[in-house]
Parts: sequence; structure tokens; C-alpha cells
Amino acid sequence: MNQTQFKNLDPPLRVAWGQALASIRVRFLRMLITSLGVALGIAFFCSMQTLRLAPQKDSTQSPEQMQWLIGTSLVMCLVGVTNSMLMSVTERYREIGTIKCLGASDTFIVKVFFFEAILLGFIGSLSGAIIGTALMAITMLVLGNPPIFVSTLQVVVLGTSVGIVMTVLAAIAPAVQAARMPAAAALRMDI
Amino acid sequence: MSSVADKEVVVRTVDVVKQYGEGEAAVRALNGVTCEIFNGEYLSIMGPSGSGKSTLFNMIGGLDKPNEGSVFVNSVDIAQLTAKELAFLRCHTIGYIFQTFNLITVRTALENVTLPMLFAGLTPDEAEERGMKLLTTVGLGHRFHHRPSELSGGQQQRVAIARSLANNPSIILADEPTGNLDLKTGQEIIDLLRSLNQERGVTIISATHDHKMLDVSDRIFHIRDGVLALVETRDELDRSKATASGS
Repeated sequence: MNQTQFKNLDPPLRVAWGQALASIRVRFLRMLITSLGVALGIAFFCSMQTLRLAPQKDSTQSPEQMQWLIGTSLVMCLVGVTNSMLMSVTERYREIGTIKCLGASDTFIVKVFFFEAILLGFIGSLSGAIIGTALMAITMLVLGNPPIFVSTLQVVVLGTSVGIVMTVLAAIAPAVQAARMPAAAALRMDI
Repeated sequence: MSSVADKEVVVRTVDVVKQYGEGEAAVRALNGVTCEIFNGEYLSIMGPSGSGKSTLFNMIGGLDKPNEGSVFVNSVDIAQLTAKELAFLRCHTIGYIFQTFNLITVRTALENVTLPMLFAGLTPDEAEERGMKLLTTVGLGHRFHHRPSELSGGQQQRVAIARSLANNPSIILADEPTGNLDLKTGQEIIDLLRSLNQERGVTIISATHDHKMLDVSDRIFHIRDGVLALVETRDELDRSKATASGS
């Protein structure tokens, strides 16, 4: 009887990268909507940050109010991002099950979603951060309270990083869960 | 027809029990199935829906683990394997074909066939060359760059068959491969599977309720209510056929 010789090898990273890219390319519209969800959340967060870092000439808002606004913007952003990413994983249980049948390891599946999330998160957060910051900066400029350029740049960087981290975390949790499922269970899932 | 006594066993199940749910709501899909499947045979698993046919199929394929009993594939106990080893087994030893084709929708026909080869560590060039050969074998060499949505059901199933052969598995598991196809296309898929079985010597295990499948099977397992109710061999089938046509 022929014994199976087990080797511990995972395909090179570019295989997972290729799968992530193919998935984004083909589902472009779907992915665009997902990253739009990320962008909107981050845009709100960044506009609030820009407002907070503005030189306080006439403080119409108390620091407490400001903190509350920032807190709300973060929660909104978190809910939006988590919801989008959760959907994009759960609607693909069958695909995950199939790839498992083809011999993909659990880590391969997580890697694919990780790459997808990083790409989506980067594109969504960067555009959201730029739009949110720019809109608020222009509004302030019009109102005669020009923001400091350096601090707006900081806000963009902060918003983008917050967005990427949130996107990745929101995608990885369901992806790990899906990858650990027995292949038969993942194949049965119909959503 | 050669006797099965001297044949090599590729899959063995011992008292396999699979239960879904817990407590009062628990359903026993399999209730102690013991069987042996031989190298190079064409085996059909028949049974009405809900009989445990698909569950047995999932157990044999390492897609799910039994609650009790053991499943040996190439004399390896599947329950003892780590997730990584199980992935390795699925990649190298078993090829899967599904009723709903289950191709990766975002990939082309060729990419679908080469993906398991990349998992097995082949370089993209080697994989592409072998993938084209396999697609040509199943008669789809000219449509390699089409995505599944651009192929007919029969063509998708051919891609799935090529994909199942990617890493020269010793077993192909086909779960109702003709279930979503019309009669003629279904017959073509059955013929293709039979010829692969004869030319490559790959073991084919097929869950089905398609009676056309019976004509090509070496043995048939009949599953009823989670137990292996009857095993028919080719000889018996031919004999009963002869009696039926003679009367």
C-alpha cells in the first residue's frame, strides 16, 4: 500500500497575491462599493480630526463636544468597515470551501483575504482621508479659519493607517473562522 | 471480470458514525458504515436523498471528520491528521468533482486547473504546461482563457474534471457529477470519467442517483438510512440484467 509522504509546504506568497488580485479585478464593482464604505467612514473621521487640530480662534465647540464627535466618527467608521468586510468574506464561504478541497491550507485562505483587505483598505482609506480632510479644510478656509498644512497631512496619514488597520482586522476575523471550518461545512453554507 | 479479493485497498472506513446537531434534535446521517474501496475501481454510491450518501462522500474525501469510527485513505487515518496534513492529502491524493461544478469564478479555466498545482509547489510555467495538456484531454484546450461564467454546464464540468486530475490523484470523488446536466451532456461526462478510470487507473468514487452511472460502475454501494444496505458487483449487475432482458 502506498503511504502518503507528508511535506509541510505552502505555495509562495505570489499565489495568494494573485488570487487576491484576480478577485478584486473580477469583482471590481463589488469591491468599489466595499472600499467606498471604508472611504466614507474614514472621510468623516478625518474631517473631525481636521476640525480638532484647527487653530482655535473662536471656540464654538467645547473640547468635550469635540471628543464626542471624534468618538462617534470612529464608531461609525468601525461599523461601516466591519460590515463591508464581513459581507465580502461571508458571501464567499463556498469559494473558500472549494479552495480547501483543492488543497489550500488554512493560512493560504487567510493570506488571500489579508492581501485583499490591505489593498481595499489602502485605496478606500487614502481616498476617504484625502476627501474628508480636503472638504473640511476648504470649508474652514472659506469661513476664514485656514487650517495648518502640516496638521492636515498628519490627519491624512492617521486616517489612512486607522482605515487599513480596521479593514484588515475586520476581514481577518471572519476569514480565520471560515478557513478553520471543515471544508464540507464551508461548501454547505449558502448565503 | 477480475476478482476484487487481490486488489489494493485505497479507502477503508470502519464503523463510521456521523451525527449532526446535539441532543434530541440530533440526526445520525451515518450509523456505522464499514467498507473497503479498491484501487482502480469505478464505484457508485447510490441512495435516495437524505440517506447519508453525501455524508459518506464527505468522510471519504476528508472534507469532514466522523464522530465515531475511522476513515483510512491510503492507510492513513484521516482523524489523526493536522489541518496542514489534511490539506496536503486533499491536494495530492484526492480530486473533487461537484454537482454544482464549484469552479473558482474569478479565475479562467486554465487558472482553475493550475491552482492545485501551485499549491503542490509547481512553478507557474510547469503548471501552465500541464494544465493545457489536461484541458486538451477533456476536450477544452481551445477555451482555456474563458472564465466559468462564459462556459456551458458541460464545459464547466469538464474543467472541473481537468482540475480534479491536476496533481495526479489516486482517487477522484465525484458528488453527483451529472446532477445539473442534461442527459446527453451527462452521458458525455460519464464516458469521460470512465475513460479516465480505464486509461489512468484512477479510482473513481461517485455519489449519484443517475442510473446511467450504473452501467459503467464496477461496484455499487446502496446506502439506506445511514447504513450500507447492499453492495453489488459488476458480475451480479450483468447477471440481473441478463435475467431481466431474457424474461
